[in-house]
This record gives sequence, C-alpha cells and structure tokens, in this order.
Amino acid sequence: MKKLMLGNEAFARGLYEAGCCFVSSYPGTPSTEVTEFAAKYEEIYAEWAPNEKVGMESAFGASLAGRRSFVGMKHVGLNVAADPLFTISYTGVNAGMIICVADDAGMHSSQNEQDSRHYAIAAKVPMLEPSDSAEALEFTKIAYELSEKYDTPVIMKMCTRVAHSQSIVETSDRVEVPVKPYEKNIAKYVMMPGNAKKKHPVVEARTAALTEWAETAEINRIDAGSDNSIGFITGSTSYQYIKEVCGDTYPVLKLGMINPMPVQKIKDFAASVGKVIVVEELDDIIETHCKKLGIECEGKSMFTNIGEFSQNYIAQQLGKAVPAGKVVEDTIPMRPPVMCAGCPHRGLFYTLKKLKVNSIADIGCYTLGAVAPLSAVDTVVCMGASVSGLHGFNKLSKENEAKSVAVIGDSTFMHSGITGLVNIAYNESNSTVIIVDNSITGMTGHQQNPTTGMNLKGDPCTKINLEALCKSIGINRVRVIDPYNLKECEDVIKEELAAEEPSVVISRRPCALLKYVKHNGPIKVDSDKCIGCKSCMRIGCPAISMKDGKAVIDSTLCTGCGVCAQLCPKDAIG
Amino acid sequence: MKTKNIMIVGVGGQGTLLASKLLGKMLLTKGYDVKVSEVHGMSQRGGSVVTYVRYGDKVYSPIIDKGEADCILSFELLEAARWVEYLAEGGTIITNTQQTNPMPVITGAAEYPADLDKKIEALGIDAVCFDALSLAEEAGSSKAVNLVLLGKLSKYFDFTEEEWMQAIETSVPPKFLEINKKAFALGANA
Repeated sequence: MKKLMLGNEAFARGLYEAGCCFVSSYPGTPSTEVTEFAAKYEEIYAEWAPNEKVGMESAFGASLAGRRSFVGMKHVGLNVAADPLFTISYTGVNAGMIICVADDAGMHSSQNEQDSRHYAIAAKVPMLEPSDSAEALEFTKIAYELSEKYDTPVIMKMCTRVAHSQSIVETSDRVEVPVKPYEKNIAKYVMMPGNAKKKHPVVEARTAALTEWAETAEINRIDAGSDNSIGFITGSTSYQYIKEVCGDTYPVLKLGMINPMPVQKIKDFAASVGKVIVVEELDDIIETHCKKLGIECEGKSMFTNIGEFSQNYIAQQLGKAVPAGKVVEDTIPMRPPVMCAGCPHRGLFYTLKKLKVNSIADIGCYTLGAVAPLSAVDTVVCMGASVSGLHGFNKLSKENEAKSVAVIGDSTFMHSGITGLVNIAYNESNSTVIIVDNSITGMTGHQQNPTTGMNLKGDPCTKINLEALCKSIGINRVRVIDPYNLKECEDVIKEELAAEEPSVVISRRPCALLKYVKHNGPIKVDSDKCIGCKSCMRIGCPAISMKDGKAVIDSTLCTGCGVCAQLCPKDAIG
Repeated sequence: MKTKNIMIVGVGGQGTLLASKLLGKMLLTKGYDVKVSEVHGMSQRGGSVVTYVRYGDKVYSPIIDKGEADCILSFELLEAARWVEYLAEGGTIITNTQQTNPMPVITGAAEYPADLDKKIEALGIDAVCFDALSLAEEAGSSKAVNLVLLGKLSKYFDFTEEEWMQAIETSVPPKFLEINKKAFALGANA
C-alpha cells in the first residue's frame, strides 16, 4: 500500500516489517520519531532509555538474547554511546542489531555539526545511508540481513532532511524472525585482551568481506546519464539535490552504503566519465576514499563542509544560473525560538539574572535562558555538563561557590547529570545544583523519562524520586520550589548559595504545553494603572508587548502564570 | 509536469503542520509524487517555521529554494516578508495580515517594519493579504486561523469541496470539526 511517510516513520515501518522486537533509545532531534513510531506497533517492545549508552547496551543485550534489536539517537548521542559501539564491533551480534544515528547538518536543533560517518570508519562498522523515506524502509531490512550475515552491528545514518521529510513508501507485512537461541561463547563475547586480540583480525576480515559485498550491492547504484563528461559520486540528500539540478544529464553513482565503500565499482565509474565530482554534506568522507584510490576528483574544492546544501547551492557551485526572488527592502527582524508563554523556566531564569549568579546550564528548552532579555545562562556544552562543569568551576574558588549554579532539566539529569552530582558529593565542592523539573522531556516534543512515572508506551511505571535520589547520593540539602513564585525562588536560591554544603534545588512545575496542565486563563493589564515602566518586559514573555506606551498582554498566548504580575510596581496586571 | 512548489510559513505553534499534512494526503490520492519537509525540535518554540510541499511526476529535493515557490501561504505578516524571496516569477503569496512580534521587537532591539502588506503588494507580484484572524474568530476560535488560510489556498487547487471536507474530517478532532469547517468556508470565500 502506498503511503506518505516521514523518513523516521518509514524507518520504524522497516523495523516492524523486518521483525524487530526490541527498541531502546534516547530522544534527540532529528531521530526521535523512529522510536515513537516503532512504539506504536504492538509486536515491538519499545522504551526510552535514560541515555544513549544505556540504550545501545540494552539493544546489544537483546541481540545477544536472540531478538532483532534497535537503538536510535542523534549525532551527539553517538558520542555518549561510542564506548559500547567500538567494542560491540568486536563481539559482533547474535540476532541483528541496528543503530540509528541522525545528523543535523545546518544545526536546526543541535549544538554542533559533527559528521557521524567518521564513527562508522573509526569503529569499523558498516553504515547505510538512505536518501528518502522509501530507502529508510528498505535499507532497514538490508541492515538486519547484513548484521546477521556479517556478525556486526549496522549503523543507519539519517539526517534532518531525510528524517523530517515525508515521501512515498510502499508498505508490506511483517515477517516474524524466530528467536536465535543464545549460546555461551566466551571467546566471542568477553572482550578481554586475549580474546580481543583474536577478534581484531576478524573485524578487518569482515570489512574486507563487506567491501566485496559493496561492489555488487544494489544500494550502490549507477543512474545512467546522457553526457559522460561529468560523473557525480554522492549519497543521502545530496543525491536528491544533484538529481534536482541535473536530472538524467550526467551519470550518478549513488552510494547507499557509506562504510565500507566499494573500490572497483568506484574505479570503473571514474574511468567511464570525464571528470569526477563528489557531492557530500559536511566532511570529505567519499572524496578521501576516492583520492586514496588514486582517483582525481573535485569535492570540497567546490562544495563547503559547513551547513546543509540545497538545489540552488549545488547549481551555483556548478556554474548554473539560479532563480532569484523579489525582496522587501526593510530589515526583517529575526524570529529566534523563545520560551513559551507560561513556561515554568522563565521565573527561575529571571531570578538567576536578578541575583547575578553564574549559570552553568545544560541541553534542553532551558538553554533558551541564554536568549535576551533574560541572558541568564553562561555556558552550555553537552548533556550533563552543567553539574560536572559547576564542580570544576567551584572547587578552587570560594567566590564562585557563593554565586554559581548548575541548571539541568529532569530528563537531562537522568541522562548524565547524576554522575556529576556524585562527583560533587564525593569530592566535596560546595555547589548548588538546580534541577528544572518540568515533568517531561520538553525540547524534543514531550517524551516520558524516568522521573515522569510513565513509559514510552504510555503505561504507568516506576517513578524515580529526585529528592530521594539526591539525598541517597549524599546531598543533605534538597529543596523544592515553584518557579511561578518569584519570592520563593529568590529566597531559597540565596539560602542554598549561602549554605556551607552542597545542595540541590528542584524547581518543579510541569511544562505549560502538557495537555493535562490546567491554566488559569489569560490575565490583563489595567491600562489606567500601567505607567509604562516595562518591568514586566524583563522576563521576555512572548505574550507581553508595549503599545502606545502601555504594556499589553496577548490573550491568545497568555496562560495566566502570573510571573509578570509579580514584577509590576503598580499592581496593574491581574 | 513540472514539479509544483508550495511553502507554508509562520510562527512555531500556529498550526502550520496541519495544513501541510492535509495537502500532502490529498496530493497523494491524486497520484502525484509528493514530498513534504517539516521542521521539528528547537525552532518550533515560537521561532520562524517553514514547511515545504512539492508534487509532480517525480520529486527529488525535499526542500524549496529561493525563487522557486509557486505559492507561499503565510500565517503571519513578518514571515511573509521574510520568505517572499522564495516566490517564483508568476507565483502567488497569500498572507494573513496578523502580526506577532518576535522577541527582538518585544525587547526593543528591532522594529516591526510598518505597512509590510503594502510593501509586499508593491513588489509587483500576485499578493493576497487578508485578515484571517478575524475570520477565524467569526468561525468560533482564533485557533482556526490555519483552516481559514487553507480555505483561501484551496482556490488554487482543483480539488472538489467534498475532497477538502473529507481531508479535514480525517485530520482534525471531531470536537472542533464544525468550527474548522466554518473557518475553511470563510477562508475560501474571502
């Protein structure tokens, strides 16, 4: 049956049709929906793991137990899961195992623009790269076959434009795969030096065998052209842009498998065309491979390694004319993402700004605390870095201890904040960690996590108690505040910064966008009382603006959280 | 046929995804090759958002580039001005005249340019600027702006009214169906 599907939905459909039984992932844009769609199939057990490393190890365990398994993550998640990846490459698998990694060229929703193809090469693991939804579905089946035939985990690399574009797929029925019985095999599965030394040559032989497979594999295909003066080598979305610009004029070698790449096939293709041009987003992975084979080609000399491509960009670099639209002459102000009206993080960041504290923050919606006018965040690096970073920032400075906090979300704290807190307790820095608990994983679109009491399938489950967890680690001072209450926020944060031991402040209120959250309803400005002092504007609420010298509140956006009303010196908001 | 390009632009949270979802489904039933490209994640938090809908015999790129859009449907006036550069020669831009201030305007770091609807019309392009918010309110909810705009857009496709209604019925919750149908009709006749 023909259907229009998001790349990520098609990937999940592929998992279903290929008999996948076990999914364990951590959400991350643009990978999240693979797991969410997989969870809709009754035949697939699917869960949110606390982080990508746990997800990958759990998927490995399921493979060992004989069931086709899957773990999904965004590019930076693979950094977290890199440790098991490199060694699962050595042990190999029992039942097939797929790792999805979704890159974000253009950084639509990410903190860096790393190219995950390096991981496949470094870990010596095969990597497939679909270029649309139909391939995302089809390649999933091929990946499981390769995984089982060549005894290896297989990485499927997605990118934003494949993951979040809908295109047409043809679905078919699920084919159940019998459970492969687990057999104890210490030499294969226990990676201590004696065994690992024997496995490394096996891994190299596997890459050689996969290179042979790549020579004739249908997923590395040549689209014939009418003019052989140029031949393109490409993959992923770059293939789509090249076809959009050049149609069937020039031959195109489209690589569906990016590691290992074929040798003879590429040499033969190069010999059949005049000039070879490699088109790939981000780094020069295909180009380097070609050059190692002694093939003269253009690549990064023509196309940038920064950001994502488009059809116009490709056309321009090929010296073709591109259409130009008409432009309004005024400067159009940017519209950056902002914290939503009613966001519980707003009151907290207003308080941190007021107290002039250093905020070592983390990855999530609350990263937006760095945006003007709040500008209340000092640094954001990666998941969990706030808690451990604060420890280092404070440890040798009494002055920093008295005016610095870590800010981390509930889900991010579960992901990799706990170990940082263990370090604070164990190595005794007098640090103040604020957990902004909005009872959901917000930025990626409302996924459950270990603190919410619900699992991925929507069933009630064990709820990790943050207060008890922090206390058991050795933090004696654990306080809970309501971020809508500015006075309470300020008093408690001051007290905890002054305290002579580490503390955790849990700033707790559910995300304003959660369906079950009941709002008070919009509040209004009494324009007779308003003196136009703009105090209410200091919190950066998108519902508040100035009109004719007076503050006005947009009733379609306002939730009635009342944070602005607490700032008004004239009691004009209510 | 040459691939047709429709862009739907607006502010994160305005419901632009419903419009593209609906269109995509309907174009598929007509036998076209279709690609719809969306934005998820951080940009959705009140930021400038864009969805691309492309259809034809064979569609390759999932995105639309500058000077390529046959039609731009804008949910907000500033966004219409931001994306108008993507309109192809002979294309049509339909925009809601509703204004939502972005944070740089709210904080006073930038100004919301005046008379953008007139400036867009002055570009010598086919521009349709109208107040979709009032029509949505007339239909019963300010949140039905997306259906008003979709109604307006429907005039540029040769789907029957029945086909549109069917698509709406399968895409919106029954509770809001009447308001949405009314909003669509008001947009179509605006």
